[in-house]
Amino acid sequence: MIVAKRKPFTEIKDIVSGHRKILIVGCGTCVAVCLAGGETEVAILASQLRIALGLDGHDVEIDEAIVYRQCDREFLVDLSKKKNVADYDVIVSMACGAGVQLLGDVYDGKLVVPALNTVFLGVAGGPGIWTERCESCGDCVLGETGGICPITMCAKGLLNGPCSGTRHGKCEVNPEIDCAWAKIYDRLAARGDVGRISKVFPPRNNSRRSHPAVVIHEAYKRRFVKDE
Amino acid sequence: MVTAEIGPGKGTDVGALLEDASILKDRVDGINVTDMQSSVMRLGSMAVCHLLRDMEIDAILQVTCRDRNRLALQSDLLSAWVLGIRNVLALTGDHPTLGDHPQAKPVFDLDSVSLLEVIGKLGAGVDVAGNELKGATGFLAGAVVNPGADTEAALDLQIVKMEKKIKAGAQFFQTQAIYDLDQFEKFMKRVEGYRTKILGGVILLKSAGMARFMNKNVAGVFVPEHLIKEMTETKDKVKTSIEIAARLVKGLKDLCHGVHIMAIGWEKRVPQVLDEAGL
Repeated sequence: MIVAKRKPFTEIKDIVSGHRKILIVGCGTCVAVCLAGGETEVAILASQLRIALGLDGHDVEIDEAIVYRQCDREFLVDLSKKKNVADYDVIVSMACGAGVQLLGDVYDGKLVVPALNTVFLGVAGGPGIWTERCESCGDCVLGETGGICPITMCAKGLLNGPCSGTRHGKCEVNPEIDCAWAKIYDRLAARGDVGRISKVFPPRNNSRRSHPAVVIHEAYKRRFVKDE
Repeated sequence: MVTAEIGPGKGTDVGALLEDASILKDRVDGINVTDMQSSVMRLGSMAVCHLLRDMEIDAILQVTCRDRNRLALQSDLLSAWVLGIRNVLALTGDHPTLGDHPQAKPVFDLDSVSLLEVIGKLGAGVDVAGNELKGATGFLAGAVVNPGADTEAALDLQIVKMEKKIKAGAQFFQTQAIYDLDQFEKFMKRVEGYRTKILGGVILLKSAGMARFMNKNVAGVFVPEHLIKEMTETKDKVKTSIEIAARLVKGLKDLCHGVHIMAIGWEKRVPQVLDEAGL
């Protein structure tokens, strides 16, 4: 899932300051699961802003809404049914960066600002902890590396084995973090497949990462791709 | 074969650096020039290698993958060749967060293995995208290996990576600093028959504190307790440091193809080390 964390309160307060009608929109999927932008977090931010802006003498009206998935136009229809978005001076999105941008596209001309910093694509390691696992590089090597991603889990994204900075199986950047290649070695060794680390990877094809990327499902090609 | 190393400083003053180089000149076969060592922004390796060439010193250009993508690396290699630089040492490079510009974007578009492949391609007259060059390079390419890896798995990984580097064209290796000759002998047995030259690394111990610091913080470096004791008990640290380094040089030259001396500020003492080692 996409993992995000809330921006510092003062940053959010500064960006909405001066606006009278504020709509805070949460997102019910990834950022709700990582306790950054779900219904509860929307309510907390709304209360904080009401108190802080009120103390500063601002006359504000703050409304709350939740969209199941801010990154999908279908779900934004629900928001339009529930709220008259045109009435608001600013929309504070508590979604990932993708959701913030789609809100801006759909409500063209409205000021949409982010309340979260989108951090990574990762997994829940337990209650309250999430760890990064994928850089969405577009060229997955997990099948060759024991199911551990060297692009994400190695600080240098090295494909041909560890650098010389690794100590006691840990990373040179942070001794709290495992060396990805030490983990890959252990995983492959446990399977009796350690010979696989000898594979030489050529330089990565970074053209796959040229932004912004588009994925079109095969069945929908005719709709979105113009005939040559 | 004896190589040494100099590290350009922060700024344009090359006085002391070139003085060190001139002291080393007649005693070593080549001098490495580091590429922003420890990820600290400094004067570049290529310019200093060029200055060394003007002094008729065989310079070894250290190139890391930390700061340049494949376009910049290839272009720099062509530039180095045109400037008369003939030896390259390919390294991954330290992570930028360890240096003085921790907010810099880490590049690592290539790694040390693919950089060696690129050096080979430029030598064959093509770039990494397969385009033909008008004028090829002809570098002697080298790499590094860490024989003091602290676990069996880490050593296996070092050796696998070394094999990849040889396959990619590494004609020589300079190792991390060695203080335990028995352990190094075991490493050399494991890589026996590899078609490459290995220069054992020597770092001059300046004090017992430095030894303890390296044991704690530098990957693959292990200074045995008896050397730390020698440095603690001596009345003349410089003399003892030179003695220890000379002993290591003597031992290493029989185990591998030569030595690579990293004096880290004590370049002026290197001739004494070589004198004592009989080189």
